[in-house]
Amino acid sequence: MTDMTASAPAGRAPALAGRVKAAAILFVLFALFPPVVMLADDPFLVLIGTRILAYAIAALALDLILGYGAMVSFGHAAYLGFGTYAVAILSSYGINDIVLQMLGAVVISAVFALVTGAISLRTRGVYFIMITLAFGQMAFFFFISLSAYGGDDGYGLSQRSTLFGTQVLENDFVLFYATLAVLIGLFAICHRIVGSRFGRVLTGIRENPTRMEAIGYAPFRYQLTAFVISGCMTSLAGVLLANQAEFVSPAFMSWHRSGELIVMVVLGGIGTLAGAIGGAVAALLLEEVLGMMTEHWRLWFGLFLVLMVLFSPRGITGLVEKIGKGRS
Amino acid sequence: MSTLEISHLSKSFGALKVTDDVSLTVPSGELHAIIGPNGAGKTTLISQLSGQLRSDAGRIAMDGRDITGTTMPERVHLGLARSFQITQTLPGFTVLENVALAVQARHGSSFRFWARVASEAALNDAAMAALKEAGLDHRAEARASALSHGEHRRLELACALATEPRILLLDEPLAGVGGEDADAFVAALRAMKGRFTMMLIEHDMDAVFRLADRVSVLVYGRIIATGTPDEVRSDPAVRTAYLGEEEENAA
Repeated sequence: MTDMTASAPAGRAPALAGRVKAAAILFVLFALFPPVVMLADDPFLVLIGTRILAYAIAALALDLILGYGAMVSFGHAAYLGFGTYAVAILSSYGINDIVLQMLGAVVISAVFALVTGAISLRTRGVYFIMITLAFGQMAFFFFISLSAYGGDDGYGLSQRSTLFGTQVLENDFVLFYATLAVLIGLFAICHRIVGSRFGRVLTGIRENPTRMEAIGYAPFRYQLTAFVISGCMTSLAGVLLANQAEFVSPAFMSWHRSGELIVMVVLGGIGTLAGAIGGAVAALLLEEVLGMMTEHWRLWFGLFLVLMVLFSPRGITGLVEKIGKGRS
Repeated sequence: MSTLEISHLSKSFGALKVTDDVSLTVPSGELHAIIGPNGAGKTTLISQLSGQLRSDAGRIAMDGRDITGTTMPERVHLGLARSFQITQTLPGFTVLENVALAVQARHGSSFRFWARVASEAALNDAAMAALKEAGLDHRAEARASALSHGEHRRLELACALATEPRILLLDEPLAGVGGEDADAFVAALRAMKGRFTMMLIEHDMDAVFRLADRVSVLVYGRIIATGTPDEVRSDPAVRTAYLGEEEENAA
Protein backbone atom coordinates (compact mmCIF):
# COMPACT_ATOMS: atom_id res chain seq x y z
CA MET A 1 0.00 0.00 0.00
CA THR A 2 2.66 2.44 1.03
CA ASP A 3 4.49 1.98 -2.25
CA MET A 4 1.50 3.13 -4.23
CA THR A 5 1.19 6.37 -2.34
CA ALA A 6 4.75 7.14 -1.37
CA SER A 7 5.03 9.79 -4.02
CA ALA A 8 2.05 11.73 -2.75
CA PRO A 9 3.22 14.74 -0.76
CA ALA A 10 2.04 15.33 2.77
CA GLY A 11 0.49 18.62 1.85
CA ARG A 12 2.66 21.68 2.27
CA ALA A 13 0.83 24.93 2.76
CA PRO A 14 1.30 26.52 -0.70
CA ALA A 15 0.32 23.36 -2.57
CA LEU A 16 -2.69 23.02 -0.30
CA ALA A 17 -3.88 26.53 -1.10
CA GLY A 18 -3.32 25.75 -4.79
CA ARG A 19 -5.58 22.76 -4.51
CA VAL A 20 -8.37 24.74 -2.94
CA LYS A 21 -8.03 27.18 -5.82
CA ALA A 22 -8.12 24.32 -8.32
CA ALA A 23 -11.25 22.93 -6.70
CA ALA A 24 -12.86 26.36 -6.68
CA ILE A 25 -12.20 26.71 -10.42
CA LEU A 26 -13.75 23.29 -11.02
CA PHE A 27 -16.82 24.22 -8.96
CA VAL A 28 -17.31 27.44 -10.92
CA LEU A 29 -17.05 25.52 -14.20
CA PHE A 30 -19.59 23.00 -12.90
CA ALA A 31 -21.95 25.80 -11.91
CA LEU A 32 -21.70 27.32 -15.39
CA PHE A 33 -22.35 23.99 -17.08
CA PRO A 34 -26.20 23.91 -17.09
CA PRO A 35 -26.67 27.43 -18.56
CA VAL A 36 -24.20 26.62 -21.32
CA VAL A 37 -26.01 23.38 -22.01
CA MET A 38 -29.29 25.31 -22.20
CA LEU A 39 -27.81 27.35 -25.01
CA ALA A 40 -26.76 24.14 -26.73
CA ASP A 41 -30.36 22.98 -26.30
CA ASP A 42 -29.41 19.49 -25.15
CA PRO A 43 -30.94 18.98 -21.68
CA PHE A 44 -29.76 15.39 -21.57
CA LEU A 45 -26.23 16.70 -20.99
CA VAL A 46 -27.33 18.01 -17.59
CA LEU A 47 -28.09 14.46 -16.53
CA ILE A 48 -24.67 13.36 -17.68
CA GLY A 49 -23.23 16.24 -15.68
CA THR A 50 -25.09 15.09 -12.56
CA ARG A 51 -23.70 11.60 -13.03
CA ILE A 52 -20.19 13.00 -13.25
CA LEU A 53 -20.68 15.05 -10.08
CA ALA A 54 -21.99 12.03 -8.20
CA TYR A 55 -18.93 9.99 -9.17
CA ALA A 56 -16.75 12.94 -8.23
CA ILE A 57 -18.21 12.68 -4.72
CA ALA A 58 -17.35 8.99 -4.57
CA ALA A 59 -13.82 9.55 -5.88
CA LEU A 60 -13.29 12.36 -3.38
CA ALA A 61 -14.40 10.07 -0.55
CA LEU A 62 -12.11 7.28 -1.76
CA ASP A 63 -9.16 9.66 -2.02
CA LEU A 64 -9.54 10.48 1.66
CA ILE A 65 -8.51 6.94 2.60
CA LEU A 66 -6.52 5.94 -0.49
CA GLY A 67 -4.51 9.12 -0.79
CA TYR A 68 -4.19 10.16 2.84
CA GLY A 69 -4.47 6.81 4.59
CA ALA A 70 -2.81 4.48 2.05
CA MET A 71 -5.87 2.23 2.26
CA VAL A 72 -6.60 0.95 -1.25
CA SER A 73 -10.22 -0.10 -0.88
CA PHE A 74 -11.29 -2.24 -3.81
CA GLY A 75 -14.82 -2.55 -2.49
CA HIS A 76 -15.96 1.02 -2.40
CA ALA A 77 -18.73 0.49 -4.95
CA ALA A 78 -20.60 -1.31 -2.16
CA TYR A 79 -21.23 2.07 -0.56
CA LEU A 80 -22.55 3.46 -3.84
CA GLY A 81 -24.91 0.49 -3.76
CA PHE A 82 -26.04 1.15 -0.20
CA GLY A 83 -26.86 4.71 -1.25
CA THR A 84 -28.87 3.68 -4.30
CA TYR A 85 -30.76 0.95 -2.48
CA ALA A 86 -31.45 3.25 0.47
CA VAL A 87 -33.44 5.35 -2.01
CA ALA A 88 -35.22 2.34 -3.54
CA ILE A 89 -36.05 0.55 -0.31
CA LEU A 90 -37.05 3.59 1.73
CA SER A 91 -39.20 4.99 -1.08
CA SER A 92 -41.01 1.67 -1.36
CA TYR A 93 -42.00 2.26 2.28
CA GLY A 94 -43.16 5.77 1.45
CA ILE A 95 -40.08 7.55 2.76
CA ASN A 96 -39.15 9.84 -0.10
CA ASP A 97 -37.37 12.61 1.75
CA ILE A 98 -33.81 12.77 0.47
CA VAL A 99 -32.40 13.80 3.84
CA LEU A 100 -33.90 10.72 5.50
CA GLN A 101 -32.70 8.54 2.63
CA MET A 102 -29.20 9.94 3.02
CA LEU A 103 -29.39 9.29 6.73
CA GLY A 104 -30.41 5.69 6.08
CA ALA A 105 -27.59 5.25 3.57
CA VAL A 106 -25.05 6.69 6.00
CA VAL A 107 -26.19 4.49 8.90
CA ILE A 108 -26.03 1.23 6.95
CA SER A 109 -22.71 2.25 5.39
CA ALA A 110 -21.25 3.14 8.76
CA VAL A 111 -22.18 -0.28 10.16
CA PHE A 112 -20.84 -2.11 7.10
CA ALA A 113 -17.61 -0.07 7.05
CA LEU A 114 -17.08 -0.52 10.76
CA VAL A 115 -17.39 -4.30 10.61
CA THR A 116 -15.60 -4.95 7.31
CA GLY A 117 -12.99 -2.26 8.00
CA ALA A 118 -12.16 -3.72 11.39
CA ILE A 119 -11.49 -7.06 9.73
CA SER A 120 -9.75 -5.69 6.61
CA LEU A 121 -7.40 -3.49 8.61
CA ARG A 122 -5.86 -6.56 10.19
CA THR A 123 -4.17 -7.03 6.83
CA ARG A 124 -1.89 -4.87 4.74
CA GLY A 125 -0.98 -4.27 1.12
CA VAL A 126 -2.42 -6.58 -1.45
CA TYR A 127 -4.30 -8.53 1.23
CA PHE A 128 -6.17 -5.41 2.22
CA ILE A 129 -7.13 -4.86 -1.41
CA MET A 130 -8.32 -8.45 -1.76
CA ILE A 131 -10.33 -8.54 1.43
CA THR A 132 -12.11 -5.26 0.70
CA LEU A 133 -12.88 -6.67 -2.75
CA ALA A 134 -14.33 -9.79 -1.14
CA PHE A 135 -16.58 -7.78 1.17
CA GLY A 136 -17.67 -5.62 -1.76
CA GLN A 137 -18.63 -8.74 -3.70
CA MET A 138 -20.58 -10.07 -0.74
CA ALA A 139 -22.65 -6.88 -0.72
CA PHE A 140 -23.05 -7.15 -4.51
CA PHE A 141 -24.40 -10.70 -4.34
CA PHE A 142 -26.67 -9.81 -1.45
CA PHE A 143 -28.46 -7.28 -3.64
CA ILE A 144 -28.45 -9.68 -6.62
CA SER A 145 -30.46 -12.07 -4.48
CA LEU A 146 -32.81 -9.37 -3.22
CA SER A 147 -35.68 -10.39 -5.47
CA ALA A 148 -38.18 -7.96 -3.90
CA TYR A 149 -36.16 -5.20 -5.53
CA GLY A 150 -35.63 -6.86 -8.86
CA GLY A 151 -32.48 -8.83 -8.04
CA ASP A 152 -30.16 -8.86 -10.99
CA ASP A 153 -32.53 -6.80 -13.16
CA GLY A 154 -32.66 -3.85 -10.84
CA TYR A 155 -35.59 -1.74 -9.80
CA GLY A 156 -37.08 1.35 -11.41
CA LEU A 157 -37.95 4.23 -9.14
CA SER A 158 -41.45 5.63 -9.48
CA GLN A 159 -40.26 9.10 -8.53
CA ARG A 160 -37.20 11.01 -7.44
CA SER A 161 -36.60 11.88 -3.81
CA THR A 162 -38.36 14.85 -2.31
CA LEU A 163 -36.59 17.77 -0.70
CA PHE A 164 -38.38 19.27 2.33
CA GLY A 165 -41.64 17.86 1.03
CA THR A 166 -41.28 19.39 -2.43
CA GLN A 167 -40.65 17.66 -5.73
CA VAL A 168 -38.02 20.14 -6.88
CA LEU A 169 -35.50 17.39 -7.59
CA GLU A 170 -37.70 16.16 -10.44
CA ASN A 171 -36.18 19.07 -12.31
CA ASP A 172 -32.87 17.96 -13.80
CA PHE A 173 -31.29 21.36 -13.21
CA VAL A 174 -32.23 21.38 -9.53
CA LEU A 175 -30.87 17.87 -9.12
CA PHE A 176 -27.64 18.96 -10.78
CA TYR A 177 -27.19 21.91 -8.42
CA ALA A 178 -28.17 19.84 -5.40
CA THR A 179 -25.48 17.32 -6.33
CA LEU A 180 -22.99 20.12 -6.82
CA ALA A 181 -23.88 21.51 -3.39
CA VAL A 182 -23.23 18.11 -1.79
CA LEU A 183 -19.92 17.84 -3.62
CA ILE A 184 -18.78 21.28 -2.48
CA GLY A 185 -19.88 20.57 1.10
CA LEU A 186 -18.04 17.25 1.21
CA PHE A 187 -14.94 18.77 -0.36
CA ALA A 188 -14.92 21.41 2.38
CA ILE A 189 -15.28 18.70 5.03
CA CYS A 190 -12.51 16.56 3.52
CA HIS A 191 -10.27 19.59 3.22
CA ARG A 192 -10.77 20.40 6.90
CA ILE A 193 -10.26 16.78 7.95
CA VAL A 194 -6.98 16.55 6.04
CA GLY A 195 -5.66 19.67 7.74
CA SER A 196 -6.89 18.71 11.22
CA ARG A 197 -5.27 16.83 14.08
CA PHE A 198 -6.95 13.67 12.86
CA GLY A 199 -5.78 14.23 9.30
CA ARG A 200 -2.21 14.71 10.40
CA VAL A 201 -2.29 11.44 12.32
CA LEU A 202 -3.84 9.64 9.34
CA THR A 203 -1.20 11.00 6.97
CA GLY A 204 1.52 10.15 9.47
CA ILE A 205 0.38 6.53 9.54
CA ARG A 206 0.61 6.48 5.75
CA GLU A 207 4.15 7.84 5.91
CA ASN A 208 5.51 5.53 8.60
CA PRO A 209 3.34 3.42 10.94
CA THR A 210 6.31 2.38 13.09
CA ARG A 211 7.19 5.99 13.82
CA MET A 212 3.58 6.67 14.75
CA GLU A 213 3.46 3.78 17.21
CA ALA A 214 6.74 4.94 18.72
CA ILE A 215 5.25 8.34 19.52
CA GLY A 216 2.10 6.86 21.00
CA TYR A 217 -0.47 6.29 18.26
CA ALA A 218 -2.25 2.99 17.70
CA PRO A 219 -2.87 3.23 13.90
CA PHE A 220 -5.93 0.96 13.80
CA ARG A 221 -8.48 3.28 15.40
CA TYR A 222 -7.54 6.21 13.17
CA GLN A 223 -7.53 4.16 10.00
CA LEU A 224 -10.87 2.59 10.87
CA THR A 225 -12.44 5.97 11.60
CA ALA A 226 -11.26 7.30 8.23
CA PHE A 227 -12.53 4.15 6.52
CA VAL A 228 -16.00 4.65 8.02
CA ILE A 229 -16.09 8.36 7.12
CA SER A 230 -15.12 7.53 3.56
CA GLY A 231 -17.75 4.81 3.23
CA CYS A 232 -20.50 7.09 4.54
CA MET A 233 -19.53 9.87 2.12
CA THR A 234 -19.51 7.45 -0.79
CA SER A 235 -23.05 6.33 0.03
CA LEU A 236 -24.26 9.92 -0.45
CA ALA A 237 -23.02 9.69 -4.03
CA GLY A 238 -25.16 6.56 -4.34
CA VAL A 239 -28.29 8.39 -3.17
CA LEU A 240 -27.71 11.05 -5.83
CA LEU A 241 -26.93 8.48 -8.53
CA ALA A 242 -30.19 6.65 -7.88
CA ASN A 243 -32.02 9.93 -8.40
CA GLN A 244 -30.05 10.70 -11.52
CA ALA A 245 -30.77 7.29 -13.10
CA GLU A 246 -34.22 6.85 -11.47
CA PHE A 247 -33.20 3.24 -11.39
CA VAL A 248 -31.16 1.09 -9.03
CA SER A 249 -29.40 -2.18 -9.72
CA PRO A 250 -26.54 -4.25 -8.34
CA ALA A 251 -24.48 -3.02 -11.32
CA PHE A 252 -23.75 0.09 -9.27
CA MET A 253 -21.78 -2.03 -6.83
CA SER A 254 -19.90 -4.45 -9.05
CA TRP A 255 -16.16 -4.72 -8.60
CA HIS A 256 -15.62 -3.01 -11.96
CA ARG A 257 -17.15 0.05 -10.44
CA SER A 258 -14.78 -0.14 -7.46
CA GLY A 259 -11.91 -0.33 -9.92
CA GLU A 260 -13.22 2.68 -11.83
CA LEU A 261 -13.29 4.70 -8.63
CA ILE A 262 -9.62 3.83 -8.01
CA VAL A 263 -8.83 4.79 -11.61
CA MET A 264 -10.49 8.17 -11.10
CA VAL A 265 -8.43 8.85 -7.99
CA VAL A 266 -5.16 7.74 -9.60
CA LEU A 267 -5.91 9.64 -12.79
CA GLY A 268 -6.54 12.82 -10.85
CA GLY A 269 -3.54 12.40 -8.57
CA ILE A 270 -3.78 10.57 -5.29
CA GLY A 271 -3.87 12.46 -2.04
CA THR A 272 -4.96 15.78 -3.50
CA LEU A 273 -8.80 15.82 -3.07
CA ALA A 274 -9.29 18.29 -5.94
CA GLY A 275 -7.46 15.81 -8.14
CA ALA A 276 -10.01 13.11 -7.39
CA ILE A 277 -12.78 15.42 -8.58
CA GLY A 278 -10.83 16.24 -11.73
CA GLY A 279 -10.07 12.56 -12.21
CA ALA A 280 -13.75 11.64 -12.06
CA VAL A 281 -14.57 14.32 -14.62
CA ALA A 282 -11.74 13.25 -16.92
CA ALA A 283 -12.52 9.53 -16.69
CA LEU A 284 -16.24 9.93 -17.35
CA LEU A 285 -15.77 12.50 -20.12
CA LEU A 286 -13.28 10.20 -21.81
CA GLU A 287 -15.77 7.37 -21.46
CA GLU A 288 -18.49 9.49 -23.09
CA VAL A 289 -16.32 10.92 -25.86
CA LEU A 290 -14.40 7.74 -26.71
CA GLY A 291 -17.65 5.79 -26.43
CA MET A 292 -19.18 7.98 -29.13
CA MET A 293 -16.22 7.48 -31.43
CA THR A 294 -15.64 3.77 -31.15
CA GLU A 295 -17.07 0.62 -29.68
CA HIS A 296 -13.64 -0.32 -28.39
CA TRP A 297 -13.29 2.80 -26.26
CA ARG A 298 -11.96 0.82 -23.29
CA LEU A 299 -8.85 -0.03 -25.28
CA TRP A 300 -8.10 3.64 -25.90
CA PHE A 301 -8.98 4.53 -22.35
CA GLY A 302 -6.54 1.90 -21.13
CA LEU A 303 -3.82 3.28 -23.37
CA PHE A 304 -4.47 6.78 -22.05
CA LEU A 305 -4.23 5.49 -18.48
CA VAL A 306 -0.94 3.74 -19.14
CA LEU A 307 0.57 6.88 -20.67
CA MET A 308 -0.72 8.99 -17.82
CA VAL A 309 0.74 6.74 -15.12
CA LEU A 310 4.05 6.49 -16.99
CA PHE A 311 4.51 10.17 -17.73
CA SER A 312 2.68 11.82 -14.87
CA PRO A 313 2.54 9.46 -11.90
CA ARG A 314 0.85 12.18 -9.89
CA GLY A 315 -1.97 12.33 -12.39
CA ILE A 316 -3.70 15.41 -13.67
CA THR A 317 -2.65 17.31 -10.55
CA GLY A 318 0.97 16.59 -11.40
CA LEU A 319 0.44 17.82 -14.96
CA VAL A 320 -1.26 21.01 -13.85
CA GLU A 321 1.47 21.72 -11.32
CA LYS A 322 4.14 21.16 -13.95
CA ILE A 323 2.44 23.54 -16.36
CA GLY A 324 1.99 26.10 -13.57
CA LYS A 325 5.69 25.87 -12.70
CA GLY A 326 6.71 26.18 -16.34
CA ARG A 327 4.77 29.38 -16.67
CA SER A 328 6.17 31.02 -13.52
CA MET B 1 11.48 9.89 36.22
CA SER B 2 10.81 6.27 36.77
CA THR B 3 12.53 3.10 37.75
CA LEU B 4 12.81 0.42 35.08
CA GLU B 5 12.86 -3.16 36.30
CA ILE B 6 13.59 -6.00 33.94
CA SER B 7 13.40 -9.54 35.24
CA HIS B 8 14.21 -12.77 33.46
CA LEU B 9 13.41 -11.34 30.05
CA SER B 10 13.86 -13.74 27.12
CA LYS B 11 13.36 -13.72 23.38
CA SER B 12 14.22 -16.33 20.77
CA PHE B 13 14.07 -16.21 17.00
CA GLY B 14 13.77 -19.89 16.12
CA ALA B 15 16.60 -21.71 17.87
CA LEU B 16 18.57 -18.50 18.40
CA LYS B 17 18.30 -17.05 21.89
CA VAL B 18 18.64 -13.33 21.28
CA THR B 19 17.71 -12.24 24.77
CA ASP B 20 18.67 -14.80 27.38
CA ASP B 21 17.27 -14.35 30.87
CA VAL B 22 18.12 -10.66 31.22
CA SER B 23 17.51 -9.09 34.61
CA LEU B 24 18.40 -5.50 35.34
CA THR B 25 17.12 -2.63 37.44
CA VAL B 26 17.75 0.92 36.30
CA PRO B 27 16.98 3.25 39.19
CA SER B 28 15.16 6.50 38.64
CA GLY B 29 17.32 9.16 37.01
CA GLU B 30 20.20 6.88 36.08
CA LEU B 31 21.83 6.90 32.67
CA HIS B 32 22.49 3.26 32.04
CA ALA B 33 24.51 2.22 29.02
CA ILE B 34 24.32 -1.18 27.36
CA ILE B 35 27.38 -2.15 25.42
CA GLY B 36 28.28 -5.34 23.63
CA PRO B 37 29.67 -6.67 20.39
CA ASN B 38 27.62 -6.69 17.19
CA GLY B 39 24.85 -9.24 17.32
CA ALA B 40 24.73 -9.26 21.11
CA GLY B 41 21.00 -8.49 21.03
CA LYS B 42 21.07 -4.88 22.15
CA THR B 43 18.48 -3.58 19.68
CA THR B 44 16.27 -6.60 20.33
CA LEU B 45 16.35 -5.79 24.03
CA ILE B 46 15.33 -2.17 23.34
CA SER B 47 12.54 -3.39 21.06
CA GLN B 48 11.25 -5.66 23.81
CA LEU B 49 11.39 -2.87 26.37
CA SER B 50 9.60 -0.43 24.07
CA GLY B 51 6.89 -2.94 23.24
CA GLN B 52 7.69 -3.23 19.56
CA LEU B 53 8.60 -6.89 20.10
CA ARG B 54 6.73 -9.25 22.36
CA SER B 55 8.86 -11.11 24.90
CA ASP B 56 8.75 -14.89 25.21
CA ALA B 57 9.15 -14.79 28.96
CA GLY B 58 9.96 -12.40 31.76
CA ARG B 59 8.58 -9.20 33.15
CA ILE B 60 9.09 -5.50 32.54
CA ALA B 61 7.95 -3.00 35.16
CA MET B 62 7.90 0.77 35.45
CA ASP B 63 7.91 1.99 39.08
CA GLY B 64 6.70 -1.45 40.12
CA ARG B 65 3.85 -1.47 37.63
CA ASP B 66 3.90 -4.46 35.28
CA ILE B 67 3.88 -3.26 31.65
CA THR B 68 4.85 -6.55 30.00
CA GLY B 69 1.48 -6.96 28.26
CA THR B 70 1.11 -3.41 26.98
CA THR B 71 1.63 -2.24 23.39
CA MET B 72 4.19 0.28 22.20
CA PRO B 73 1.69 3.19 21.98
CA GLU B 74 0.42 2.38 25.48
CA ARG B 75 3.97 2.42 26.86
CA VAL B 76 4.58 5.81 25.25
CA HIS B 77 1.55 7.13 27.10
CA LEU B 78 2.98 5.70 30.33
CA GLY B 79 6.17 7.64 29.65
CA LEU B 80 8.42 5.07 28.03
CA ALA B 81 9.84 6.35 24.75
CA ARG B 82 12.52 5.09 22.42
CA SER B 83 14.65 6.34 19.57
CA PHE B 84 15.62 4.13 16.65
CA GLN B 85 19.04 3.15 15.42
CA ILE B 86 17.73 3.28 11.87
CA THR B 87 15.96 6.61 11.69
CA GLN B 88 12.19 6.43 11.48
CA THR B 89 10.72 9.68 10.25
CA LEU B 90 7.67 10.86 8.38
CA PRO B 91 9.59 11.80 5.22
CA GLY B 92 6.93 13.99 3.61
CA PHE B 93 6.36 16.03 6.78
CA THR B 94 8.43 19.00 7.84
CA VAL B 95 10.74 18.63 10.82
CA LEU B 96 8.35 20.72 12.91
CA GLU B 97 5.36 18.60 11.84
CA ASN B 98 7.22 15.42 12.76
CA VAL B 99 7.80 16.65 16.28
CA ALA B 100 4.42 18.40 16.69
CA LEU B 101 2.76 15.07 15.98
CA ALA B 102 4.70 13.54 18.87
CA VAL B 103 3.53 16.38 21.12
CA GLN B 104 -0.05 15.93 19.95
CA ALA B 105 -0.06 12.31 21.08
CA ARG B 106 0.31 13.47 24.68
CA HIS B 107 -1.84 16.60 24.52
CA GLY B 108 -5.54 16.40 23.86
CA SER B 109 -7.54 14.17 21.58
CA SER B 110 -6.46 13.37 18.06
CA PHE B 111 -10.11 12.81 17.12
CA ARG B 112 -10.51 16.46 16.15
CA PHE B 113 -11.58 16.81 12.57
CA TRP B 114 -12.11 20.47 11.90
CA ALA B 115 -9.62 22.91 13.45
CA ARG B 116 -6.37 23.43 11.56
CA VAL B 117 -3.61 21.61 13.40
CA ALA B 118 -0.90 23.65 11.70
CA SER B 119 -2.06 26.75 13.56
CA GLU B 120 -2.13 25.18 17.04
CA ALA B 121 0.46 27.34 18.76
CA ALA B 122 0.73 25.06 21.81
CA LEU B 123 1.79 22.09 19.68
CA ASN B 124 4.24 24.11 17.60
CA ASP B 125 5.80 25.79 20.64
CA ALA B 126 6.36 22.51 22.45
CA ALA B 127 7.77 21.00 19.25
CA MET B 128 10.14 23.93 18.83
CA ALA B 129 11.33 23.50 22.42
CA ALA B 130 12.12 19.85 21.78
CA LEU B 131 13.88 20.75 18.53
CA LYS B 132 15.96 23.39 20.28
CA GLU B 133 17.03 20.85 22.83
CA ALA B 134 18.05 18.42 20.12
CA GLY B 135 19.82 21.21 18.24
CA LEU B 136 17.64 21.13 15.16
CA ASP B 137 15.41 24.20 15.59
CA HIS B 138 17.09 25.97 12.66
CA ARG B 139 15.76 23.26 10.32
CA ALA B 140 12.16 23.31 11.57
CA GLU B 141 10.65 24.11 8.19
CA ALA B 142 12.75 21.64 6.19
CA ARG B 143 11.22 18.41 4.97
CA ALA B 144 12.38 15.40 6.95
CA SER B 145 13.43 13.69 3.73
CA ALA B 146 15.86 16.55 3.01
CA LEU B 147 17.82 16.18 6.26
CA SER B 148 21.40 15.00 6.47
CA HIS B 149 22.28 11.88 8.43
CA GLY B 150 23.35 13.81 11.49
CA GLU B 151 20.18 15.91 11.37
CA HIS B 152 18.10 12.74 11.15
CA ARG B 153 19.70 11.56 14.39
CA ARG B 154 18.69 14.84 16.00
CA LEU B 155 15.13 14.58 14.70
CA GLU B 156 14.97 11.08 16.14
CA LEU B 157 15.97 12.48 19.53
CA ALA B 158 13.57 15.45 19.27
CA CYS B 159 10.61 13.15 18.57
CA ALA B 160 11.44 11.01 21.59
CA LEU B 161 11.81 14.10 23.80
CA ALA B 162 8.49 15.50 22.57
CA THR B 163 6.63 12.49 23.99
CA GLU B 164 7.71 13.73 27.46
CA PRO B 165 9.34 10.49 28.54
CA ARG B 166 9.99 9.39 32.08
CA ILE B 167 12.21 6.65 30.71
CA LEU B 168 14.05 7.16 27.44
CA LEU B 169 15.57 4.29 25.50
CA LEU B 170 18.20 5.47 23.03
CA ASP B 171 19.32 3.03 20.37
CA GLU B 172 22.71 4.18 19.09
CA PRO B 173 21.87 7.87 18.88
CA LEU B 174 25.43 8.59 17.70
CA ALA B 175 25.48 5.97 14.94
CA GLY B 176 27.28 7.49 11.97
CA VAL B 177 27.70 10.88 13.64
CA GLY B 178 31.31 12.01 13.85
CA GLY B 179 33.59 14.78 15.04
CA GLU B 180 32.17 17.99 16.46
CA ASP B 181 28.65 16.81 15.76
CA ALA B 182 29.16 13.86 18.07
CA ASP B 183 30.60 16.08 20.80
CA ALA B 184 27.61 18.40 20.61
CA PHE B 185 25.29 15.40 20.75
CA VAL B 186 27.04 14.01 23.84
CA ALA B 187 26.75 17.43 25.46
CA ALA B 188 23.03 17.49 24.68
CA LEU B 189 22.57 14.04 26.23
CA ARG B 190 24.60 15.04 29.28
CA ALA B 191 22.37 18.09 29.77
CA MET B 192 19.35 15.78 29.90
CA LYS B 193 20.79 13.61 32.64
CA GLY B 194 18.63 13.56 35.73
CA ARG B 195 15.48 14.69 33.93
CA PHE B 196 14.48 11.18 33.05
CA THR B 197 15.85 7.70 33.35
CA MET B 198 17.88 6.79 30.28
CA MET B 199 19.02 3.57 28.77
CA LEU B 200 21.61 4.05 26.09
CA ILE B 201 22.95 1.64 23.52
CA GLU B 202 26.10 2.99 21.98
CA HIS B 203 29.14 1.79 20.10
CA ASP B 204 31.16 4.91 20.79
CA MET B 205 32.99 3.74 23.95
CA ASP B 206 34.33 7.19 24.60
CA ALA B 207 30.82 8.60 24.75
CA VAL B 208 29.58 5.72 26.88
CA PHE B 209 32.26 6.06 29.52
CA ARG B 210 31.82 9.83 29.64
CA LEU B 211 28.06 9.73 30.00
CA ALA B 212 26.95 6.61 31.80
CA ASP B 213 26.36 6.24 35.52
CA ARG B 214 26.48 2.50 35.14
CA VAL B 215 27.21 0.17 32.25
CA SER B 216 25.97 -3.33 31.45
CA VAL B 217 27.76 -5.60 29.04
CA LEU B 218 25.58 -7.77 26.83
CA VAL B 219 27.14 -10.75 25.06
CA TYR B 220 25.05 -13.33 23.19
CA GLY B 221 21.89 -12.05 24.84
CA ARG B 222 23.25 -12.33 28.38
CA ILE B 223 24.40 -9.62 30.73
CA ILE B 224 27.89 -10.65 31.78
CA ALA B 225 28.69 -7.61 33.90
CA THR B 226 27.05 -4.51 35.36
CA GLY B 227 28.79 -1.71 37.19
CA THR B 228 30.25 1.77 37.08
CA PRO B 229 32.32 2.56 33.97
CA ASP B 230 35.52 1.99 35.95
CA GLU B 231 34.35 -1.35 37.33
CA VAL B 232 33.29 -2.55 33.89
CA ARG B 233 36.49 -1.38 32.27
CA SER B 234 38.57 -3.38 34.69
CA ASP B 235 36.35 -6.48 34.70
CA PRO B 236 38.44 -9.35 33.30
CA ALA B 237 35.46 -11.15 31.73
CA VAL B 238 34.49 -7.99 29.89
CA ARG B 239 38.03 -7.41 28.70
CA THR B 240 38.20 -10.83 27.09
CA ALA B 241 34.66 -10.83 25.73
CA TYR B 242 34.47 -7.35 24.42
CA LEU B 243 36.90 -4.62 25.20
CA GLY B 244 39.92 -6.73 24.39
CA GLU B 245 38.42 -7.45 21.06
CA GLU B 246 37.97 -3.73 20.46
CA GLU B 247 41.56 -2.99 21.39
CA GLU B 248 42.77 -5.68 19.08
CA ASN B 249 40.69 -4.16 16.31
CA ALA B 250 42.09 -0.76 17.07
CA ALA B 251 45.64 -2.11 16.92
